[in-house]
Amino acid sequence: MSTESLALPQPAITTRPLVDRLHAWITTVDHKRLGLLYIGYALLFLLIGGIEAAAMRIQLIGPRYNFVSPQVFNRLFTMHGTTMIFFVVMPLVFGFANYLVPLVIGARDMAFPRLNAFSFWLMAFGGMLLYFSLLGANGLYGAGNAPDVGWFAYAPLTSRTFSPGHSTDFWTLSLLVSGFGSIGTAINIITTIVCMRCPGMTLGRMPLLAWLNLIMAGMVILAISPLSAAQIMLLVDRYLGGHFFDTQAGGSAVVWMHFFWIFGHPEVYVLVLPGFAFASEIIPVFSRKPIFGYAVMVAATVSIAFIGMSVWAHHMFTVGMASNANTFFVLSTMAIAIPTGIKIFNWLATMWGGKIDFKAPMLFCVAFLFQFLVAGLTGIMLGAAPFDWQLGNSYFVVAHFHYVIVGGILFTIFAAFYYWFPKMTGRMYSERLARIHFWLFVIGFHLTFDFMHIPGLLGMPRRIYTYEPGRGWDIWNLIVTVGVVFQAAGVLVFVLNLVISWLAGEEAGDDPWDAWTLEWLTSSPPPGYNFAEAPVVRSRRPLWDLKHPEDPDWKYE
Amino acid sequence: MSQVEMRGRVGMFCLICAEAAIFTIFVVAYVFYVGKSVAGPQAADVLQAPVFLTVCLLSSSVTVHAGVKALTKGNVAGFARWWLLTLALGAVFLVGTVFEWHRLIYVDGLTISTNLFGTTYFSLVGLHAFHVTAGLAALALGSILALLGYVTPLHAPRSDVFSLYWHFVDVVWIVVFLVVYVAGR
Repeated sequence: MSTESLALPQPAITTRPLVDRLHAWITTVDHKRLGLLYIGYALLFLLIGGIEAAAMRIQLIGPRYNFVSPQVFNRLFTMHGTTMIFFVVMPLVFGFANYLVPLVIGARDMAFPRLNAFSFWLMAFGGMLLYFSLLGANGLYGAGNAPDVGWFAYAPLTSRTFSPGHSTDFWTLSLLVSGFGSIGTAINIITTIVCMRCPGMTLGRMPLLAWLNLIMAGMVILAISPLSAAQIMLLVDRYLGGHFFDTQAGGSAVVWMHFFWIFGHPEVYVLVLPGFAFASEIIPVFSRKPIFGYAVMVAATVSIAFIGMSVWAHHMFTVGMASNANTFFVLSTMAIAIPTGIKIFNWLATMWGGKIDFKAPMLFCVAFLFQFLVAGLTGIMLGAAPFDWQLGNSYFVVAHFHYVIVGGILFTIFAAFYYWFPKMTGRMYSERLARIHFWLFVIGFHLTFDFMHIPGLLGMPRRIYTYEPGRGWDIWNLIVTVGVVFQAAGVLVFVLNLVISWLAGEEAGDDPWDAWTLEWLTSSPPPGYNFAEAPVVRSRRPLWDLKHPEDPDWKYE
Repeated sequence: MSQVEMRGRVGMFCLICAEAAIFTIFVVAYVFYVGKSVAGPQAADVLQAPVFLTVCLLSSSVTVHAGVKALTKGNVAGFARWWLLTLALGAVFLVGTVFEWHRLIYVDGLTISTNLFGTTYFSLVGLHAFHVTAGLAALALGSILALLGYVTPLHAPRSDVFSLYWHFVDVVWIVVFLVVYVAGR
């Protein structure tokens, strides 16, 4: 059953030359290595996107401040948004999915390993294409500039008239290329989960991590494809003289908004469902209880995905849609709060009466629960069209979606980092540094994003590069910027922890958390083949059954 | 069906879903912009329903399936014949599109930049023609490998996965035909 029972001949340990090792990483088709490549790549871009955010916050620290020019400010918020969504959170999500999905379903690799590698490199080169605009966007004069049309690139800003040069083309092409990579990975994840589960792992016994990633991949297929289609249309407009979004020739700028947000809103769920998946694995293990309401969790996720496909135009209330359209999108937006609320209650019920162990992964998950709740509540506020007419395009919106993406998604990703670090490296992270990271980041997060709501309520619009004194925004902007310092320090401690622990951490062992899913059955880090023998599963917690043969789960399920 | 065969089918079904979403957006754009062109030729003035080409493309779905069936039964020569016929039918469709576009561009003066109708028409039909071209490349590869003797009945599941794609391309054409040449005029 376990891998230890197999006496494998130990190969002679020799260190291969560095070039050979690098070559092996470049040409790898192994899902674990590709997962780590995704994660490393995302961390690099997290640094870049973070620096862009910090530069914007320095510019806004006080009224009429002069740190960057208005033009540079436009480029900064465009690059920050595009980078963080497409080249930080997406690769983090795909990296963890790649690494973990085959392990938790007891498979040896993804269904299409070469497609997997191809998808990763598409995304990697997509990111490089975006940043190559800094050099190449004005042609080959060596003095380019970054895209400056905002991350949702509304028409007619993207037309040749208003975006001369090639900066917008780099933006379009990079999203198109990385979008194809995302679709490839999604196809891979679905096929892997549908076809390659180990013996005994019925859909009803599949870990929630696999379930939520399955649904996430389905949403990627339905959400990223419209974005790709819209990008192709934009390229037709810009290169072939088409009129899709050309209002002078009868085209419509609002059609671009619809096409973009048909992608844009489901994308939020694409990013948050893996976060839910991490929480659904970590909270039970650190509460020493099985997940509460497994079937309801799956059903709630499916309905989030279903409703999530039909709420996109709540991003467009301020555009001026017909009242029946407004009504529909208000109601669908309110409806999505129900399955999301069910999930929050299920996590709380999992913790209720449990023996909670507040290690770093659990700390981040608990913070996630509170913060995601607040993010959802401001979401309901903005989902009411009249409220949105007042506060749309203000800093209140910026605060809301950063609460989702940082307070919700990034916190669960940090939790996932600490939870699976021992599995990925074979070493234990430093709990002390992790706690310092947690508190620095919690303080920084709340300083920045709690107080960011207030200038929004006071009428400060987003995307302005400076503001006049005496509007009552000054002190709030100062506090928001001070929070960035804490967040940056927290991330620094986090990266330090990863590096130090990888090089000199204690040996973690195969199953440091006394957990229940299959990835903890194999060694840390797992061998290339994952499992010497395909595991056989009889319940939702196969390792519990193995450790407690006197009282196995399958008797009760 | 073995697990490996299953993987190919599931993967292809997922790809088809993604492609369907892309085509949906183009069809929606086409329908939304019907009659909104401010100048230049309109659909009703210049489009003629390509019935013969449609018959060719739709019947190629039957022949590609006959090829897969022949291969499943171990008849490699039959497979090659059916797939070459499929290739020919697809090529006729594509050549027909070339003539149609040539007429539209040089006789009627409609290009992708003329007006909104030209933009949406050439994009939607062109996107479909691109998928036909990709399918023809795969059909040519399969046929040539079969003629050179590299194809065995073991390859039947793979050719079956391809046939799913080809059926999809045909279904998309039915939608494009109805939207562009029937309802959109």
